[in-house]
Amino acid sequence: MTAASITTATTLGRRRRYGSITQDRRWALRWSYFFLTVFAIFFLMPPIYMLITSLKTSAEISAATNPWWVYHPTLSNYFELLGSGQYLTFFRNSALVSVIVVAVTMLISVPAAFALSRMRFWGSTALATGVFLTYLIPETLLFIPLFKMFALVNEYTGIQLINRWWVLLLLYPTLTVPFCTWIMIGYFASIPKELDEAALMDGANYRQILTRVFIPVALPGLIAATIFAFTVSWAQFLYPLAFTTSAEQLVLPVGIVTSLIKGDVFNWGQIMTGALIGAAPPLIIYAFLMDYYIAGLTAGATKG
Amino acid sequence: MADAALEALSIPRGSRRRSALRKAIGRKSTIAFLMTLPLILLIAFLVLYPAFYSIHLATLNKSMERFVGFSNFLFLFKRETFWMVVRQSCIFAITAVIFKALIGFILAHFVHNIPSRGQRKWRGMLLVPWVIPPAMSCLAWLWLFDPSYSAFNWILEKLSVGPVSWTGDAYWARFCVILVNVWIGAPFFMIMYLAALKSVPEQLYEAAAIDGANWWQRMRYVTLPMMRNIMAITALFSLIVTFANFDIVRILTAGGPTDRTHVFATWAFWIGIQGNDIPLGASVSLFMVPILTVAAVFILRDIHRRASDMS
Repeated sequence: MTAASITTATTLGRRRRYGSITQDRRWALRWSYFFLTVFAIFFLMPPIYMLITSLKTSAEISAATNPWWVYHPTLSNYFELLGSGQYLTFFRNSALVSVIVVAVTMLISVPAAFALSRMRFWGSTALATGVFLTYLIPETLLFIPLFKMFALVNEYTGIQLINRWWVLLLLYPTLTVPFCTWIMIGYFASIPKELDEAALMDGANYRQILTRVFIPVALPGLIAATIFAFTVSWAQFLYPLAFTTSAEQLVLPVGIVTSLIKGDVFNWGQIMTGALIGAAPPLIIYAFLMDYYIAGLTAGATKG
Repeated sequence: MADAALEALSIPRGSRRRSALRKAIGRKSTIAFLMTLPLILLIAFLVLYPAFYSIHLATLNKSMERFVGFSNFLFLFKRETFWMVVRQSCIFAITAVIFKALIGFILAHFVHNIPSRGQRKWRGMLLVPWVIPPAMSCLAWLWLFDPSYSAFNWILEKLSVGPVSWTGDAYWARFCVILVNVWIGAPFFMIMYLAALKSVPEQLYEAAAIDGANWWQRMRYVTLPMMRNIMAITALFSLIVTFANFDIVRILTAGGPTDRTHVFATWAFWIGIQGNDIPLGASVSLFMVPILTVAAVFILRDIHRRASDMS
């Protein structure tokens, strides 16, 4: 009798609790979607506003109409900007710098990461830690001494480094190489030792182990590092602002800020168009390689 | 060079005529050293040397001819603007990191909550602010904050609230630079925290549910302890990046109104590059070192601990 009542009580209780759990779950889901929508609006508002403004004429931008709506959409800003040689110069400089920096970064950091993760030598662990620490040194600490150093190089050797776009090829690797080396060390370290031992047994030398075993196996890490190097070089603002001044040497971010803003006159239609086109390459890469992008982001702190 | 060394390695063992030099080149540690040599040179000449050079620069007078010891620092201590910059840098970095962490934490939970087939889409949308180059998105924000044609003031006007001088008023300008920083950085926290949430084993939640733990207890005794490591390290990383931030303040306010929003990086740029006083600029940027060192020490300690946990 008592046992029976206990069982009914518990089944009743359990049923009620089950019911409340699904209820809770439904409400939690609703709240989740609500807040996610709110934040998605907040997060996507600036890029959408860029697009809205880029489709307007200057007359419409300065009119007192609703700024969140395009009444007379036009592509004239795009034609004007892409027709002017200046913007294309910025874009070309940016593309050249980013692509070369990515190549240099990979050539430096992949062999170094291989050596640091597999071939122990005197000071290799200290060097690995040092690489990581270098990644923590921000560029805002280094731009003034570097500026002075390059000015001195010019004084002593006559090589003009400041105000040349290719000076960025020296500067950007300081930002990309430490991080890429660090995450490649993490990826290489996760490859089982048996794999390279087997390759060694088969008579492979170190170069073959690196190119035939490690690079193919760690390809996702390599792609993540490449994406990182590209986005960092594309977005860098401080170094080009400090080191390049004349219009034909500028890269995209600085070019838009300094040349499209003439005095106090802001041609917002063109600025937004330029910014949107400038933001496009990283966004396109992100759209297609999102998983690698995110892997690279999380690897920095979670690996190692 | 490394290639040549590798060729040397593959020479058959039988050849006795290998010179001592060749032997040294062929040794494993030598190859490894040669492979890391470009990295070492890069770090030595373009990171470490300038870092120490800036200490040297900070002890020179404006024309960089005379050693003046600490007088650049003493000069800074006497200036009111300097203390304003110190305060603003700290307020900027700490407030921004706290809000980034909070928003990232909340968003990570919401994304984790919804069915997994929708998660990818939401995660993809919410990471967009982090992907756009900061210089570009700051221009969009500057345009949103524009005083006369601003999109925000238009909405405020419709709600019949007076127009706000977003970047013209010192307090609003501080609010704006922090808001934009949070906008850019919160997605990064979300991704990190989401990765941490996904790494918590489901069994722990099941065990907690069997023990009758409610939502808060599950959060307090399961989620937070499991995430603590990643939360701390993400916050420290972000603190370094935020404290040394340049782009946002430079584009949105350029330090104005009347130097109220300058942080170390923008003020150092203003003095060192635009004002042509390189030693003083170097001294200003050196004040970032103490905080960066503290954060770096904590991060390093965590990494060493995890390395020893694994082995």
